[in-house]
Amino acid sequence: MTTDRNIASICADLADEVQKVAKRYPSKRSAIMPALYLAQDKYGCVDEVVYQAISEMLDVPEIWVFEVASFYSMYNRKELGKYHIQFCTNVSCMLLGADDVLADIQKRLGIEAGETTNDRLFTLSHVECIGACDVAPVMIVNEKYYNNLTNERAAEILDQLEKDFMEAAE
Amino acid sequence: MNEQVLLKNIHNPDASDIAVYEKSGGYQGLQIMLDTCSPDEVIEKVKSSGLRGRGGAGFPTGMKWSFVPKDSGKPHYLCCNADEGEPGTFKDRLLMERDPHQMVEGMIIAAYAINSNIAYVYIRGEYFLSISKVEEAIAAAYNAGYLGKNILGSGFSLDMYVHKGAGAYICGEETALLESIEGKRGQPKLKPPFPAVAGLYECPTVVNNVETFACLPHIFRRGVDWFTSIGPANAPGPKLYCLSGQLNKPGIYELPMDISLGDLLENYGRGARTGKFKAAIPGGVSAPMIPLSGFDVQMDFASLTAVDSMLGSAGVIALDETASIPSVARRITEFFSHESCGKCAPCREGLTWAAKILNRVEAGEGAPDDTAQLEVICGGVFGMTFCALGDGAAWALRATLKHFPHEYDALIKSRSISV
Repeated sequence: MTTDRNIASICADLADEVQKVAKRYPSKRSAIMPALYLAQDKYGCVDEVVYQAISEMLDVPEIWVFEVASFYSMYNRKELGKYHIQFCTNVSCMLLGADDVLADIQKRLGIEAGETTNDRLFTLSHVECIGACDVAPVMIVNEKYYNNLTNERAAEILDQLEKDFMEAAE
Repeated sequence: MNEQVLLKNIHNPDASDIAVYEKSGGYQGLQIMLDTCSPDEVIEKVKSSGLRGRGGAGFPTGMKWSFVPKDSGKPHYLCCNADEGEPGTFKDRLLMERDPHQMVEGMIIAAYAINSNIAYVYIRGEYFLSISKVEEAIAAAYNAGYLGKNILGSGFSLDMYVHKGAGAYICGEETALLESIEGKRGQPKLKPPFPAVAGLYECPTVVNNVETFACLPHIFRRGVDWFTSIGPANAPGPKLYCLSGQLNKPGIYELPMDISLGDLLENYGRGARTGKFKAAIPGGVSAPMIPLSGFDVQMDFASLTAVDSMLGSAGVIALDETASIPSVARRITEFFSHESCGKCAPCREGLTWAAKILNRVEAGEGAPDDTAQLEVICGGVFGMTFCALGDGAAWALRATLKHFPHEYDALIKSRSISV
């Protein structure tokens, strides 16, 4: 992603915010997680150049940044599609038919969980419990929760997202 | 219906507004505490309230605080465990999204008790709305003088920050949570030393759950006697139960802990979808499942421990007669295998292996000795890992083998016939 970005430009973009968040902690290392989020919010994902820039801003070894980015699943080390579907198949969702809904979504999008469609519109991720079990099955698209999913409802949601995208593009 | 304490304002769309919270008695508990108690007296009061942790382990809250040394010469830290990730659990999300000041006020009370001037709220990254609601609540509390320097003229000061998790179930384990705030991979550490002695940045630290903090303002506003009058003597106070799975009325119910599992599922959850339950998981997927024949168990810490299960996070997942126990066991084991931090070999390797066996059993390709093999793996994981993730996984899987061996046998037999 950062072909047009380098350490200096990332530091210029983020240094103020990173230093501000670092003040919340007695140790600069603690600011690695929030710094990665700041970079991800700005660029969509994180990569080696981001790790190097954060390492410089916080004066910590680059490996400390990379080990955090690679441990936690919410740091995207690959660029995501426009809509990021996070689909839960844990027990409460599974008992109410989540696997079937997920299979339908995979078929429709032609991708497996963990992949992005060729048109880069959808990334499908398989997540563990997202704390909405009373309205299972559930998925999150970007930051919005969709509840009580059925095959039909999931299809309607995808239709709507595609429509939203087409309209925005016009 | 019993009095709703924690959920009193949950249906008010403006409950997260500090003015609404104050009007309903909010921050009075804090004021009373600052006016009448020294930190040690706060700890004594919480001890005598009998409040036990609502996060999973059920440890007495006041006692946990009393382990913080008085003379360490180091700063003390307070952390809120809002990394709710135990499958079947969604109570902390509700508290944070709808009425977050209860937790914030409770944290100020706890920080005063343990003499801490910095508090972190560790919220799981997927809880987008909780994060923004808690951040708003903290900002409002600063503006109103409940946070910052010299709180309500008491001379006590406290800063509070949100630390956002990033998708790791293991960070709900308190030592892993502290590692994560330190900016490291969320891997549990061996205890002792306990966080009360050497926690965040090697300093004395207390970690409590969102719901535990939310109980505190009520204890100080309405008194210890009022709190202990709710529920059984060894598990006093209101409790949030999360009901999900194959029942008619899932949701969050606030009840005293003298309710039975059957009563909870039948009278609040309105029964099984098919009319008949098969089993229930009482406290998130780490808690061993209980078959229908055991539904008269009372939903408190000691009663559930006595039947080889646990209250855990009180995330109750109901299974009706159509549920396949080996499939549920496979899904639970895959979850733990996926969320294992990888530090301990028995957990990392054992759970992967168990998941592989369960997958083949479920697919009708199980071998005759597969259940015996699963027992052996459980024995090799249980008690052999740094943290409770491995224990929970092995314990949960074992319960399915113990209560429903015929379901495994049926799947395995169907294979020997077809081959």
